[in-house]
Amino acid sequence: MTKNTRFSRSVTRDRIVGKVYKFGNNINTDVIYPGKYLSITTDNQEMARHCFETVYPDFLTTAQPGDIIVAGKNFGCGSSREQAAACLKYFGISLILAESFARIFFRNAINLGLPVLIVPNITQHVVHNDTLEINFKSGIIKNMKNGEELQAVKLPPFILGIISAGGLIPYLKNRCAGHE
Amino acid sequence: MSTVAEKILARVSGNKKVMPNEIVMARVDVAMSHENADVVLRSFREIGVKQVWDKDRIVILFDHRIPAESEKSAITHKRLREFVKEQGIKHFYDLREGICHQILPEFGHCRPGELLVGTDSHTTTHGAFGTFATGIGATEMSGVWATGELWLKIPETIEVTLCGTLKQYVSAKDVILHIVGTLGADGANYKAVEFTGETIGRMSIASRMVLSNLSMEMGAKVAFVVPDDETVSYVKARTSKEFKVIGPDPDAHYCKEISIDVTDLGSQVACPHSVDNVKLVREVAGTRIHQALIGSCTNGRLEDLSTAAAILQGKTIHPDVRLLIIPASRKIYLEAIKHGFIETFINAGALILNPGCGPCLGAHQGLLAPGEVCIATTNRNFKGRMGSAESFVYLASPATVAFSALTGAITEPG
Repeated sequence: MTKNTRFSRSVTRDRIVGKVYKFGNNINTDVIYPGKYLSITTDNQEMARHCFETVYPDFLTTAQPGDIIVAGKNFGCGSSREQAAACLKYFGISLILAESFARIFFRNAINLGLPVLIVPNITQHVVHNDTLEINFKSGIIKNMKNGEELQAVKLPPFILGIISAGGLIPYLKNRCAGHE
Repeated sequence: MSTVAEKILARVSGNKKVMPNEIVMARVDVAMSHENADVVLRSFREIGVKQVWDKDRIVILFDHRIPAESEKSAITHKRLREFVKEQGIKHFYDLREGICHQILPEFGHCRPGELLVGTDSHTTTHGAFGTFATGIGATEMSGVWATGELWLKIPETIEVTLCGTLKQYVSAKDVILHIVGTLGADGANYKAVEFTGETIGRMSIASRMVLSNLSMEMGAKVAFVVPDDETVSYVKARTSKEFKVIGPDPDAHYCKEISIDVTDLGSQVACPHSVDNVKLVREVAGTRIHQALIGSCTNGRLEDLSTAAAILQGKTIHPDVRLLIIPASRKIYLEAIKHGFIETFINAGALILNPGCGPCLGAHQGLLAPGEVCIATTNRNFKGRMGSAESFVYLASPATVAFSALTGAITEPG
């Protein structure tokens, strides 16, 4: 069996702490990962160098690995390009909290083991550069600046199962290995 | 009492009946990937399975960057050609055929009542054939290649009923832009859409595909046009496989019902930089353009080229405008030649590009400089999508684009 290099790290740490990088509504996948870089299919670090490059170039110089993206409605709308979730994962984004996600981006993030949670009205409670502490399993989010607590929508157990395996590939590797 | 989405997902998950928000494991009938099959392949290798689950149910083709615009893409194409041979993938369309969302129906891969997944968001297009067709990501597709299954949440369904007759030069593109503008970019997120009504019955297959295609831009998971006799004869002419048409139950439950009379609908345009920023063409008429584009998986079909050719016949486009024409497939290209459309376009001053996605996604073939404006029949106008982040893309019907190319400014058809 080939060594799993992309998904070796468990992403389901119960506790995630990070600084907020905040966006608005309808952040689309062309903005997250420009189409001109879609020919990059295997180099994770090169993908990570182009996050938000065309429209929000400041992201690449001001965001830090470990940061948490907070966004409004319909984050990741548009194309099905998996590089949009992958570039954020390999940049080192620890978690994305949004009021809603476009469905393909949401699935891509789960399948890549990039933690995502839906948090109603979060953009009204959190500002850029706040520090948040999240219990991923319970979905409780604490704003370290003012102590305010928010509750994320609970993920279905089936999806938590994929995430706790570290993404779809390790999940399927376990499953296919079991059949051999 | 089930919708089309519920009935098809019950069938492919081996259930008698399913309800919205349930999660099921579904068996896939057709799995399509274009160049991003390269990303799928990488994950597939990681799973460690030697053979794909069914070499006859996977379709691979090239359309996004053809001919290869870079050495990276050339390597991708080469690696995938080798993989297709290694696995014996039966349905492979190299760069000669055209855009995936035209090739699948043309070659009989879209059949009513089936589950089709594609690593492309506009896979919703195939709902026009009564297929449960939806876009997925590359890692997810690698799981499908390995197991033939994926998990799906049963969506709620929005019913859209269209009545009335469209005015001259108003088309399916105007109808769906109007709907996306009304419901918003996330107005159908996670939901199925069912198009029905007398107007649909009179629409060509190509026009129905426009409705299903652009439903993606309001977040739809799937967008059905319930098959009628025309659908069945189109599909039967292209496949020998058996299929069963699945329509909604008369008492199906919809989360939302929308009724639109299209009789007085005017030409619509999606303004920069979002597809739901929809206005009447006359509200932005006079805006200077630098490029006009007729093509894409939304509007690169014969009826679109026919409309444009009738408008451009015997005329010359504005000297400051570049008009790009991209037939959606080789077959459409040939038909357009036979009908004389291509000659009309060339005489009018247009540039004809090979069938493919062209500049729609900003990979190559006609990108925009800062400050430039393009009016296109494509499906997305996000900031920076077609080149510079300081350029502007307006989305409209083939008729509006053709008239605008003649005048050099956004122009109401007629």
